[in-house]
Amino acid sequence: MTGQQLTGRARLATPGTMQGIGKARGLKAGGNRVALPILASLALAGCVTVNAPEEAIVIELNVNIRQEVIYRLAADAGNTIDENADIF
Amino acid sequence: MGDMMNTLTKTALGLAAAALAVGGIAGPAFAQRDPAYENARSAGQIGEKMDGYLGIVAGETESLRRIVNSINIKRRAVYSDKAQAANATLEEYAFAAGCQAIMKTVPGEKYQAPDGSWQTRGAGAPQRDPRCP
Repeated sequence: MTGQQLTGRARLATPGTMQGIGKARGLKAGGNRVALPILASLALAGCVTVNAPEEAIVIELNVNIRQEVIYRLAADAGNTIDENADIF
Repeated sequence: MGDMMNTLTKTALGLAAAALAVGGIAGPAFAQRDPAYENARSAGQIGEKMDGYLGIVAGETESLRRIVNSINIKRRAVYSDKAQAANATLEEYAFAAGCQAIMKTVPGEKYQAPDGSWQTRGAGAPQRDPRCP
């Protein structure tokens, strides 16, 4: 019973309704026909192409950072060894 | 301003004096290796690893394990303090020390090459990680 009531309320989709929607959209698009190229050219002008970085670059950076740290610590580590000669 | 300069001068003088004192007593004050460790090292039973710690090269025995563990625990404590002071991680500092410790091996001693194998130090430079300075 309840199901029938609900179905009764909904509007059935008919070819006429669908065509009407299509017409409405077509008109709207027609109105924007001048604005679209302007928008497109604006978007293109302000566009900055950024390519995704390759994985290899990230790995290389990690190696460089680490090596930099090792270089920075070299003198300190050398002194530490000399100062603790009994355990080196 | 005058006070600040005075403090700076005092600090500088103090540091210089401290450096002089450390430098003066450095040689005799530094403890030498334990004879058991020294012998195992020159016999090639114990070697320097890339990570800054000692490793047993071959013929693992209880006494070798004791020597290596005892020294590695002490090294770790030193690395930990020094790493914190140098604003680096324990692993980074230990690795940097490993680079230096391998460089300081003398001919006949063992060290770990970048491929993980044990090598005997010859007259030339040791094989080290490309990141070592």
